[in-house]
Amino acid sequence: MSDTNIPPYLVKGDTGDWEVVIGLEVHAQITTNAKLFSGAATAFGAEPNTQVSLVDAAMPGMLPVPNRECIRQAVRTGMAIDAQINTWSRFDRKNYFYPDLPQGYQISQLYHPIVGEGEVLVELGDGTARLVRIERIHLEQDAGKSIHDMDPTMSFVDLNRTGVALMEIVSKPDIRGPEEAAAFVAKLRQILRYLGTCDGNMQNGNMRADVNVSICRAGQYEKYQETKDFSHLGTRCEIKNMNSMRFIQAAIDVEARRQIALIEDGKKVVQETRLYDPDKNETRSMRSKEEAHDYRYFPDPDLLPLEIEQAWVDNIAATLPELPDAKKSRFINDFGLSDYDASVLTAEVANAVYFEAVASGADGKLAANWVINELFGRLKKDEKDIVDSPISSDRLGQIVALIKSEKIYLKEL
Amino acid sequence: MADLTDLGVAAIRDGVRLGEFSAVEVADAFVVKVAQAKALNAFLVETPDHALAAARQADAARAAGEVLKPLAGVPIGMKDLFCTAGVATTAASHILEGFVPTYESTVSQNLWDAGAGMLGKLNMDQFAMGSSNETSAFGNVISPWRRSGGSNADLAPGGSSGGSSTAVSARLCPGATGTDTGGSIRQPAAFTGISGIKPTYGRCSRWGTIAFASSLDQAGPMARDVRDCAILLEAMSGFDAKDGTSLKLDVPKWEHGLSSNLSGLRVGIPKEYRIDGSPEEIDALWQRGIDWLKDAGAEIVDVSLPHTKYALPAYYIIAPAEASSNLARYDGVRYGLRDLPEGAGLQDMYAATRADGFGAEVKRRILIGTYVLSAGFYDAYFTQASKIRTLIARDFEQAFTQCDVILTPTAPSAAFALGEKSADPLAMYLNDVFTVPSSLAGLPAMSVPGGLDKQGLPLGLQIIGKPLDEQGVLNAGLAIEERAGFTARPEAWW
Repeated sequence: MSDTNIPPYLVKGDTGDWEVVIGLEVHAQITTNAKLFSGAATAFGAEPNTQVSLVDAAMPGMLPVPNRECIRQAVRTGMAIDAQINTWSRFDRKNYFYPDLPQGYQISQLYHPIVGEGEVLVELGDGTARLVRIERIHLEQDAGKSIHDMDPTMSFVDLNRTGVALMEIVSKPDIRGPEEAAAFVAKLRQILRYLGTCDGNMQNGNMRADVNVSICRAGQYEKYQETKDFSHLGTRCEIKNMNSMRFIQAAIDVEARRQIALIEDGKKVVQETRLYDPDKNETRSMRSKEEAHDYRYFPDPDLLPLEIEQAWVDNIAATLPELPDAKKSRFINDFGLSDYDASVLTAEVANAVYFEAVASGADGKLAANWVINELFGRLKKDEKDIVDSPISSDRLGQIVALIKSEKIYLKEL
Repeated sequence: MADLTDLGVAAIRDGVRLGEFSAVEVADAFVVKVAQAKALNAFLVETPDHALAAARQADAARAAGEVLKPLAGVPIGMKDLFCTAGVATTAASHILEGFVPTYESTVSQNLWDAGAGMLGKLNMDQFAMGSSNETSAFGNVISPWRRSGGSNADLAPGGSSGGSSTAVSARLCPGATGTDTGGSIRQPAAFTGISGIKPTYGRCSRWGTIAFASSLDQAGPMARDVRDCAILLEAMSGFDAKDGTSLKLDVPKWEHGLSSNLSGLRVGIPKEYRIDGSPEEIDALWQRGIDWLKDAGAEIVDVSLPHTKYALPAYYIIAPAEASSNLARYDGVRYGLRDLPEGAGLQDMYAATRADGFGAEVKRRILIGTYVLSAGFYDAYFTQASKIRTLIARDFEQAFTQCDVILTPTAPSAAFALGEKSADPLAMYLNDVFTVPSSLAGLPAMSVPGGLDKQGLPLGLQIIGKPLDEQGVLNAGLAIEERAGFTARPEAWW
């Protein structure tokens, strides 16, 4: 069992050490063939405006109809983080004007999300781990893309992404350092990829995070935990739309230092939305709280409350695949692997499947050595994926078995 | 041969089936009437080709000995809130001027599938917001009715389905579609001496119907009598997978189920609908309605709907709130009007387009809706109004433990003159006082003509039914119709 009682990341200021408090909102695009409320396709990289239905373009009189598969994927994701599944949830409209939002509102779930509180165990690689509580997962529509650099006077809009289903996975402020934040996103990504509910492709924006950062003195966080009173924590800033683990870490660090400098200078941190500029390694104000939109959320009158049957939920639970934590501990127990080797082999589900095929009928530890050191090393050198492996898992299993029974020997090179 | 435009839906359907006249003869007769009635301003677009094509199909089917479709040979008018493929659809708003949908609304498609043809798109209050048709961006419809005693004052045809009410009443079409959010079928029907029914929320698909207030909007027919309403409603209704609020139920055979024998039926009379200052003629009409239903075998019971007085304020919070969001899509980006002043940025384009494109009443409701949903006011207005809505629905539920249908007047007065109330929005909103509660509760309700007032103008009676009991509503309407003997019609002056 990992040690979850670990100290937070400390940042040195002129007046002493500061702690960082972080909460994340991860937007994960759901892997489905069709959008959340329309039948339009969702493939990435299609020609602009070729995957747009009348509903997505918000033509007069068009109506949203929920896509069952998107709801199933959200329920599966909720189960994988041990969360409460709400059999009654509801969609709300978040109103604002923007050209890549044809309806003039985003359909989301503010008041009654489909998934309630859950948790994710985030291993930090040194035998320690942080248990991060999840506040909720809700379903919402993605927006389209505005393109401003094609013409000096005009902007263009691509609605292909408009209406694609997103899960917004909201953590509690339980993350205590930049590396933890990246590890949290990596763990979520791993779970989503195991489930097949999101491909986790951050480069394409299929998975991206808004990062809430505040700072406080030692002891303040514990007071917040005891009282649930956020006033013990510092004023938070939200850094929008981060789509790389590296940038998430850098942005948290630089934002924490900015806030510390402000306070130590006798100034105040203003609650606002900020953007991270990787070129200059700084965060910049996007809009202040005063400039924040009044989204005028209200229940979407085009959609009835979403009621799902417990039997359907139970059926989904029964067909959930083995998840990373379970697989890892099984590898440790069944094959006698080290924590580290088990982590490496279960990082990607395809690797785990390959390893298990090699290890069946062979020595587990020896199989792990061969897969991790010989095969992965070689594949990495050739820039290949496990699915491109020139040797099948069966064949490698036979070789490992022969080595174990000393029918063949390794020639030292 | 008698004037074919004097015939209603059932008579045309039956006559075409029996070969008494051809569908093309019928369509031609109405096309001429429509073309001659420009002074009424009921039609925004005339589509004689559509009506004639459907008529030719009906005649060809009959010649080939085929079984005719339920509405074969019947030409109708289509409220301009329904999107019609290839035919301009504007919701009577400048912001949609020139918009031609590539798709057909489910309700209109259902009618074409039943064999009906379209004479044209009917004028209305802009985005269905209004009770007099004066909010249309393309000029108000004028009622074909005139006050007796030589008054030439132009009268309101009611709203928002005022093009529909005028067209049916003036014999420009035997039936028309309407939509009803807070009374927009029933009040214009009452003002023009015709019948109209709003079915239970969810009976008619909203797909392809331009939205005003999604949780209230329902399509329904307007026609000369109850039977014609039943026939048209059967064709318009039905489950639609493209509308998440559509009811997954078979469509009853309402026409077949028509019966004016009401023995055993309990008719509720809600005391809260007796309002101070109500014209004596309205009370007298209501009493005649009670007597007619008694005569048809019904038992009269007093019922109470205690939250009635909160219905109108709640409605004028909920409907504008939904409208403020539903109308956000008219932004000048993808279709309809785009106002792009020289050097304008994005916000300027939004502001100019919407300022120019929406009429005053639409803007008023967008502003009200935006206000009641805004941070700090949401709980005080929208949440409270939603609670009232629940209480009003419960009022009806409890009343319906004591009665089967409820009888009330449709509107608090006969048609008023154009311009008489347009300066006072609140006076205009009060027109919906009797129709709004059943809309908030999603119940089926209809208006049938009950007689004329002293000035010779029609007055309507409203029947409200239990959820899904359109049959009960239609039957009570039929009993009134048979006893009222309403044969008055406007004399052609146009």
